[in-house]
Amino acid sequence: MNKAQQIDVAIIGAGPAGLSASIELKRLGIKRVVVLERENEAGGIPRHCGDFPFGMREYGRVLTGTKYAKKLVKSAKNAGVEIWLSTSVVEMRRGGHLLLVTNEGTKEISASRIIYACGVREKTRSARLISGDRVQGVLNTGALQQMVYLRNQKPFENPVIIGSELVAFSAIRTCSHAKIKPVAIIEEADKVIARWPVELYAPLMQIPLHRSSKLIKIIGSNKVSAVEIKKSNGQIKTIKCDGVILCGHFIPESSLARLGHLEIDPATNGPIIDQFGRCSDPVYYAAGNILRPVETAGWCWNEGKQIANWVALDLASKLQSRHILTKIEVSKNVKLAVPQCLTGIKENIGMSHIQLRFDRLMKGKLILSNDDEVIYSRNLSVFPQRRILISLSDIKDLATIKENSPIKVEFIEA
Amino acid sequence: MTISQQQFDNPKQGELASDVFDIAVIGAGVVGCAVARRFTLEGAKVAIIEKASDILDGASKANSAILHTGFDAPINSIELACVKDGYLEYTKIHKQLGLPLEKIGAYVVAWNEDELAALDDIKAKAHQNGIKNARIISAKLLAQKEPHLAKNALGAVFIPDEAIIDPWSAPYAYLHQAIENGAQIFLSCQVISGDFDKDIWQLKTTLGTIKTRYVINCAGLYGDRLNKVLLGHSSFNITPRKGQFVIFDKAASNLANSIILPVPTPRTKGLVVCKTIFGNLLVGPTAEDQSSRSNSSTDEATLKGLIKAGIAKIPSLKDMPITATYAGLRPATQYKDYQIEIEPKNNWISVGGIRSTGLSGALGIAKYVYKKYSSLGQKHDKINRPKLPKPTPLLAQNSKRAQNSKRDWQEKDHGEIICHCEMVSKREILAALTGALKANSMAGLKRQTRATMGRCQGFYCSSHVTEIADSYFNKSKKQKLKNE
Repeated sequence: MNKAQQIDVAIIGAGPAGLSASIELKRLGIKRVVVLERENEAGGIPRHCGDFPFGMREYGRVLTGTKYAKKLVKSAKNAGVEIWLSTSVVEMRRGGHLLLVTNEGTKEISASRIIYACGVREKTRSARLISGDRVQGVLNTGALQQMVYLRNQKPFENPVIIGSELVAFSAIRTCSHAKIKPVAIIEEADKVIARWPVELYAPLMQIPLHRSSKLIKIIGSNKVSAVEIKKSNGQIKTIKCDGVILCGHFIPESSLARLGHLEIDPATNGPIIDQFGRCSDPVYYAAGNILRPVETAGWCWNEGKQIANWVALDLASKLQSRHILTKIEVSKNVKLAVPQCLTGIKENIGMSHIQLRFDRLMKGKLILSNDDEVIYSRNLSVFPQRRILISLSDIKDLATIKENSPIKVEFIEA
Repeated sequence: MTISQQQFDNPKQGELASDVFDIAVIGAGVVGCAVARRFTLEGAKVAIIEKASDILDGASKANSAILHTGFDAPINSIELACVKDGYLEYTKIHKQLGLPLEKIGAYVVAWNEDELAALDDIKAKAHQNGIKNARIISAKLLAQKEPHLAKNALGAVFIPDEAIIDPWSAPYAYLHQAIENGAQIFLSCQVISGDFDKDIWQLKTTLGTIKTRYVINCAGLYGDRLNKVLLGHSSFNITPRKGQFVIFDKAASNLANSIILPVPTPRTKGLVVCKTIFGNLLVGPTAEDQSSRSNSSTDEATLKGLIKAGIAKIPSLKDMPITATYAGLRPATQYKDYQIEIEPKNNWISVGGIRSTGLSGALGIAKYVYKKYSSLGQKHDKINRPKLPKPTPLLAQNSKRAQNSKRDWQEKDHGEIICHCEMVSKREILAALTGALKANSMAGLKRQTRATMGRCQGFYCSSHVTEIADSYFNKSKKQKLKNE
């Protein structure tokens, strides 16, 4: 590689968002696009999702995650993207300077723009504060997938699955691929979160579903031997098992930003962006699941592609600078909003929607206001962890709102 | 596994080693490792016997990783003498052994008027204990030094020499040096019974018989049981005291510059808030008496309480992610002080009740025990120029595990980064899987390298680490079967 040659855009993370952004940037004629990937293989999380469905939006056909990841990597290479593997970014510095680590040691690079696309991971046992013994055999779905699909390992025979987000479906599929037989699915809410796949698939696999049940204790001396769950009526039940799969509770892998200078939104745990995906340091953009927990690969792919367009405009000095920021503030029962602010909303480019998430099932009215004036309202039911989109074009008089006052997002329960 | 479960194990017939050792240290916790090192350097032929597959598997596996000065130790106690001596020796040898030391100082912070009134006594005690640079500082100065501390702090005693160290690489280095100078380690080896014939102990273990002139009981949480089983009596009883901890993300480590201590109660030093040598921020421990010697479980309510207590002291912790939670067991007894006893007629030394200052006191305890032993006329030819631990890649890197030292990933040819959160290289992992104290379990590997101990707790790398480790674990299993 030619060190002297200026890098136009460096992308951190070779998952769906990062790769799709890189491909789009090349398509838009950007000269040097480099994707930095710390693993020794590109593709991100889909690499170890051995099941369906991936690729509909991107390739118009249904693929496994593994095949989809390979296809994405190939597309990027064909487009002329440089992918640097086994390259860890250890510091993001002001103005687009990155400190890298490779087998050759450390190295600094600079790029005109950087797209931060490190994705998302599941919350750990420790971070969930789960009670009980500290034993082997407690894994997140992501770790299980890597064991099964990348390395042919079988960490347990009869685990329990905790949670029923969409990823629980993938956990079931991964188990079935490795001939692991889960003994229970445990969901704290009274309803399954990812209803059709989990509710359909669990009975098919003869896995009992325990709703309104909370995992309260992991038991074992060296390896997991049982778990205790507590029903909402107070009843405590012990389930024998030899492993625990902790599904979901996704959290953006934003430690680089946390340890560096980019502003973080405590609601999403990702960087604060405007409607162009631009971070508090305008050299940095962010795309994909680093922005919020959690979207499909297809969504992230699309987001990466869109943001690449605004990065290209920015490189051509055709994007408005990040000056007037209208904050988007959420009330307590609204989990998060992305983007967190809008830059000069008068021009009709940038993300077409505000994305919202909620923690629990609610019915009521969603209201957006600016300077005490309602600019949007809609009656709806919200489901936990599902996306709600507000089209910016549906907002009344967006062009005339007071830019210095925040847009407040509230949900009034019926 | 608890001793009671294993008591039914039969000792293996036949000799495990043909030599007669001068000293058999039972228990490879931090104290056992330091004792094995001291006696080896003094010229004794030492065996160290550990029932787990890796060292540091009991009380030493979880603590607050502080090297205390002894400023608050009971006046005139053995603990005080050992902690002070231990501190001194650590500061002398840490560079040679490649061990980190960050003297970040500690503040004993008063949060109410009663505690403020107690600061004078704390300072006076520190001075009496020989920590002459301990001094009281005002709320204003404290706020300057610790800008993230809650504003209701009223003042503090500052102890400049309190330090943070690596709780695992230190005992590893002590034992590595012992082994390098002739000590022998027996792992997965549990002492079941023993016969003493006025001169030689025949220790019956799960791996065979070990002969030794003297026994030093460093069995920590099982110290009283070992005394009872082999001697028939114990002057102390262990009542394990659990301490739960919460570790915050590395981003939180800048929120405290020093160790933040509370005004202690008679029972415990109380909740500490401090950065760790690995660049995280720790809150803990609790002090919960229990009967189980192996149950180091955590519970949600207590952890929530710890987080709340941490936020009360440092409000900015509110938005910080949690990296890890864990619990450790302190081998407390009915007494406050260490229980170090020598029984000359039984050739037996018992080192018990090292309840919360084992890491700080270990090197001092080892000296203290040796002094007692030599005062009985026991003599060896001191090693004049003891060898340093072999510069294996791992030991070279032990000193670099600390956040502020140069680490292996910054060097060339480290292989690749396997654990991205803690930046553990392949070379570091391979080094931990080979050599005199190679890891024999995942837990041992984690303690030696920190792989999977960071913020993702193995989401990204556990399968990769497992793959590398399993090939070594399986190799040694096969070797073992072959030998049998």
